[in-house]
Amino acid sequence: MTTVTKQTNQFSSQAPSASGLWRFLRVFLGRKVVIFGTVIILGLIITAIFAPQLAPHDPYQQNLRSALQQPSEQHLLGTDQLGRDILSRIIYGARVSLTVGFVSVGIGSLLGMTLGLLSGFFGGFIDSLIMRLIDAIMAIPPLLLALALGAAMGGGLQNVMISLGIALIPGYARLMRGQVLTVKQMDYVKAGEVIGSSDFRIMLRHILPNCMSPLIVLVTLNLGVAILAEAGLSFLGLGISPPGAAWGAMVSDGYRYLLNNPLLSFAPGICIMLVVLAFNLVGDGLRDALDPRLRGTL
Amino acid sequence: MAGYIIRRLMQAVVVLIIVSFIAFSILYVLPGDAALIMLGLEATPEQINALRQELGLNQPMLVQYGQWFFKILQGDFGKSIVYRDSVADLIGKRLPVTFHLGLVALIISIIISIPAGILSAVRRGSILDSVITISANIGMAIPIFWLGILGIYFFSLKLGWLPVYGYTSPFDNFWLSTKQMIMPAICLAVVPMATLTRQTRSSMLEVIRQDYIRTARSKGLKERTVLIRHALKNAIIPIVTLLGLQIRNLVGGSVLVETIFTIPGMGRLMVSGVFDKDFPVVQGGIMVIALVVVLANLIVDLSYGYFDPRIRNE
Repeated sequence: MTTVTKQTNQFSSQAPSASGLWRFLRVFLGRKVVIFGTVIILGLIITAIFAPQLAPHDPYQQNLRSALQQPSEQHLLGTDQLGRDILSRIIYGARVSLTVGFVSVGIGSLLGMTLGLLSGFFGGFIDSLIMRLIDAIMAIPPLLLALALGAAMGGGLQNVMISLGIALIPGYARLMRGQVLTVKQMDYVKAGEVIGSSDFRIMLRHILPNCMSPLIVLVTLNLGVAILAEAGLSFLGLGISPPGAAWGAMVSDGYRYLLNNPLLSFAPGICIMLVVLAFNLVGDGLRDALDPRLRGTL
Repeated sequence: MAGYIIRRLMQAVVVLIIVSFIAFSILYVLPGDAALIMLGLEATPEQINALRQELGLNQPMLVQYGQWFFKILQGDFGKSIVYRDSVADLIGKRLPVTFHLGLVALIISIIISIPAGILSAVRRGSILDSVITISANIGMAIPIFWLGILGIYFFSLKLGWLPVYGYTSPFDNFWLSTKQMIMPAICLAVVPMATLTRQTRSSMLEVIRQDYIRTARSKGLKERTVLIRHALKNAIIPIVTLLGLQIRNLVGGSVLVETIFTIPGMGRLMVSGVFDKDFPVVQGGIMVIALVVVLANLIVDLSYGYFDPRIRNE
């Protein structure tokens, strides 16, 4: 009896949500690599927002007389083939990576979740149709799908984000469908049906909130995937148009002048790698902290 | 099992039909006149009309799709606009090159990732485990086109050990072919290698704490036998699933790798097709690649029965 009272007291003195958050933070920040990843992501966001203040030079200012210079005090990473400051272009490139990451993951997750929700909730023919569509998207390598769609639509940054978003749909659709199929069996969803809640209300109020943990993890991991894919596409020449600065395109520029200034290619590549690594590490950390059952599944 | 195989085959056919529709519609998401876009602004109205006739653009979309679909069933993907050559022939020449590259990359990644994953799981928490896990994380984050450029810079330009680019068939000159293949294959292998290592590690960690592993060890079996015959065999299904998905990554990665190392395979054909607006090539390429990916996944699904007798007898 005493233990019960003790427990009740514990709960009343400490809100359950707060203790949940505490547990989450303890697990999440308990690993050094996760802190490392978080710091890099925060750094990326700050760099993207304050690019004009942080960049030592105008990233678009050409100066052919000082083209392909080695690193110096004035240009910490040297200059590119048009004499533009590499460091400043990398700083501005953070904006492109971050924008593409968030917008394409936004598009992919919204479309994918909707499809998965419909598929799992209604089942039957709708389910088969949607799932075969998802299988079809998955049969085409994402980079190739984005390349073909992006080029067909015209190749600008906006179209790259749309086509990357489409390539990301399957992950969300399958995740959502699986979750819906599980949650649908739960008593509280059945109770909702009994009291006459509409399908839409059940999906939105009962099923969706239960899928949040794996979803947050997938979004984080996909931010890295999208940034890496955008880099690949801009390396191939799709996406932001000159003189805009994107990391992948800078690697491609540097490839042609590898012997003059290898940093032109090396430095943006390191940025891509660090940022993608950071999103992966934080995604893994979130997975372990939000829901230990997910370990190894995403 | 027979019912399952038939159902999976039917699904694969439906998926390929949907892919064909996606591939076909790519021509139609183009804003404006496809023929005009392909020929460029200098084209005369006669040329545009002729191409419209050739592509059948004057007919309703579904009729065009139907005609195109029945042609590809017979292996006729139309004619390339740039090469003025049959798309099927072009693909026939390029596909073996990508197959060679992909196969070498796949072999490299399996040979390295499975032992690395097992070691990492068995020595959990050791320095070796950290090194393997960190390397796998980096492998998943590294842009492979950038890795290729690093390789070219150090091994070709600075050290002069390997050729910068090019492709030779192993049947023409095996030694040169192998030298040219080393860097591209390693670059292409990085992502599958990292993914498979992570999966092997996590599947093995699940399995090695099971009772039957303890039993096998206490029977006095050799550690090697315990790990391979008892643990790996039970951990293999998620690894094989992921292996099937790597086919898609390999084809996707070949787009970048073939561009950097100027290898005349499917990836480069697709890139030039996309940038030259050579849509018959892009459509045909997508169909063939999707067919390969779907077949690979089908084989993986059917192999579950081989690895797990419980599935076989269902």
